[in-house]
Amino acid sequence: MSSDASALTTALSLILGFDPTLMEIVALSLRVSLVAVLLAAVIGLPLGAALALWRFPGRGALVVALNALMGLPPVVAGLCVYLLLSRAGPLGELGLLFTPGAMVVAQVILVLPIIAALARQQVEELHQEYHEQLTSLGLSRLRMIPTLLWDARLGLVTVILAGFGRASAEVGAVMIVGGNIDGVTRVMTTAIVLETSKGNLALALGLGIVLLGLVALVNAAAYLVGETARRRLG
Amino acid sequence: MNDLTARFVTEPPAQSLKGVSFTHRGQRLLGPVDLRLTGCKRTLVMGPNGAGKSLLMRLAHGLLPATQGQLRWEGRTPRQAMVFQRPVLLKRSALANLVYALAVNGTPRRQRKARAREALARFGLSHLERRPARVLSGGEQQRLALARAWLLDPEVLFLDEPTSALDPAAILAVESAVQEFHARGVRILMSSHDLHQARRLADEVLFLNAGRLIEHTDAVTFFTAPASNEARAFIRGELVL
Amino acid sequence: MQYKARIALTAIGLMGLSLAAQAQDGEKYITLASTTSTENSGLFDAIIPQFTDKTGIEVRVVAVGTGQAFEIARRGDADSLLVHDTAGEKQFVEEGYGTERADVMYNDFVLMGPEDDPAGIADAETVAEAMRLIAEAEAPFASRGDDSGTNRAELRLWDAAGVEPGGDWYRELGSGMGPTLNTAAGMDAYVMSDRATWVAFENPQNLELLFAGDEALFNQYGSLLISKERHPHLKHDLAEQWHEWLLSEEGQSAIGDFDVNGQQLFFPNAD
Repeated sequence: MSSDASALTTALSLILGFDPTLMEIVALSLRVSLVAVLLAAVIGLPLGAALALWRFPGRGALVVALNALMGLPPVVAGLCVYLLLSRAGPLGELGLLFTPGAMVVAQVILVLPIIAALARQQVEELHQEYHEQLTSLGLSRLRMIPTLLWDARLGLVTVILAGFGRASAEVGAVMIVGGNIDGVTRVMTTAIVLETSKGNLALALGLGIVLLGLVALVNAAAYLVGETARRRLG
Repeated sequence: MNDLTARFVTEPPAQSLKGVSFTHRGQRLLGPVDLRLTGCKRTLVMGPNGAGKSLLMRLAHGLLPATQGQLRWEGRTPRQAMVFQRPVLLKRSALANLVYALAVNGTPRRQRKARAREALARFGLSHLERRPARVLSGGEQQRLALARAWLLDPEVLFLDEPTSALDPAAILAVESAVQEFHARGVRILMSSHDLHQARRLADEVLFLNAGRLIEHTDAVTFFTAPASNEARAFIRGELVL
Repeated sequence: MQYKARIALTAIGLMGLSLAAQAQDGEKYITLASTTSTENSGLFDAIIPQFTDKTGIEVRVVAVGTGQAFEIARRGDADSLLVHDTAGEKQFVEEGYGTERADVMYNDFVLMGPEDDPAGIADAETVAEAMRLIAEAEAPFASRGDDSGTNRAELRLWDAAGVEPGGDWYRELGSGMGPTLNTAAGMDAYVMSDRATWVAFENPQNLELLFAGDEALFNQYGSLLISKERHPHLKHDLAEQWHEWLLSEEGQSAIGDFDVNGQQLFFPNAD
């Protein structure tokens, strides 16, 4: 297949040539997804921990809902955010539609359930082990949350990576709320869709290889950090 | 009384249990127990496996709510700490584990490290200060748990089978730590199924069998003239059912 | 460890701020809802810089199907509209969403099919005949099926040919022009596209241009101004400058000068 070979060549020449358009697209992709994952983590980790520690009516339903939302189709999230941020929608005044901000909002909605649901599992497991000791120390549940999150940090890094993977790989949501505007809201995935629709399969695949490489790089870094920490902390 | 370790002018308040029982899924696992603990005694909770020793300690410490009955501290609630059979240490360095406990009990930030290091030295762990707590040996982990309890400055210390998974050297370290706490005027409530350990440490004994409190007597009486058949059998080393 | 974590957090925080800043800066821009055909052909890349150089106004293009472009404009999410569905555009103005509509340019639709042309449309006299031949041969036909301008034009052509498209051979894809061409190439189907997208399309495989030139395949593009009354928040002044420029001599010649592989794709025809 010559188009596969030319895709590789295209990818290589894009990367090695530091193609400015590509760099811009990569930088925007990273910024949008990292900010989205950070926001989702800031909200999702304590939320997951709280769900792990408190028992209240409707908790089971909430846990099931969170788990189900992990599979929320990106286009559905995109459509909801679009309706929310559209001028005719409740948050239209913010003027966020078709900006990177809107893409961040959409990705937070996609990533938050993953981080919260997986963090709940991890924290719940750790809490089984810790709760007698922490209760003996006189900690309230609220004060247990930072301790449990910090001690679950190795597992939570993986959770956050899963969120990052989802954010950087999805296209349905950012396409709708970002609009794939050249130089403003065009990210890796929407660029791939665009090039595919132009029949420019080599460039599309080349961009795909770059995206894959980036995600692999981030995962490798996290894996190394995790392994070192695991060996050190036991 | 000018010894630094014996610094309590007042004894810890007495604790009384009235008709305390614990039921789980319709099955009564403990009680009803009536009991009053006073002074700075070393009380050993004895009995075969499943007698309810751990349960009694957890109820007394407040980790579990009693299904029925009343637990009461007479006067005020004292400072307490508990050491578990399997120490629960946080995933950070030995020093950081102690600093954490000090942070929880509200010690000013500037004093924490120095006090944590003192405790490490007291329990012979100074050289392990920076080692992750989770990779320490079982004996070292238990000593670290004792150092943590020491820093909490308890008036009442609960120890739940603290030596059952340790080798003789580590057991000795734990027992001498218990003696140090005692010398400081701390009331000790410790469960054990090791008769020799009980003979070495106990001022008085609570003997439990099948969830019932069978005897609550001073140690000498318990070992020389136990009142119940179960206790006699237990002391003779027979299997008690 | 905590120091490093703090640095990382600060860095990510700064990135967030830069995102917010990016949304704020370049205050002089308009959002243009337009069709994939204009974007994919590269027309905008050629003409927008000329407009920006002159006025300092950036044009951000959201390229979607015509149906979605109308919806975006109706909700007040775009400052300007450039689409190719004259009937729909007139309705948009009649309903009070638009205040003005003007012809800007046209290109034409073309019919593609597999090289061996099983329905034999290459020799047809009119597009109506070509469509009938496809229907009679029940040769696979890939339709956009997405309520876009191209899709609407295609349905009008079937109607004019007296054919009710349907059955196994008629495949509604619900996709944009590019994906539809990719699919048609993949299953050796006939397909209708605007000439611009076809010429710029790089994955034709067995597809070949088989029929073109009938006036019925005329594809008119119109520029619309959006109602100030319905959407007072929009950048009407800037959008008006864009609209006027497209219709001006300068804009018109910019459109006429644009070519792909030496082939002119859009023909300016403002009044």
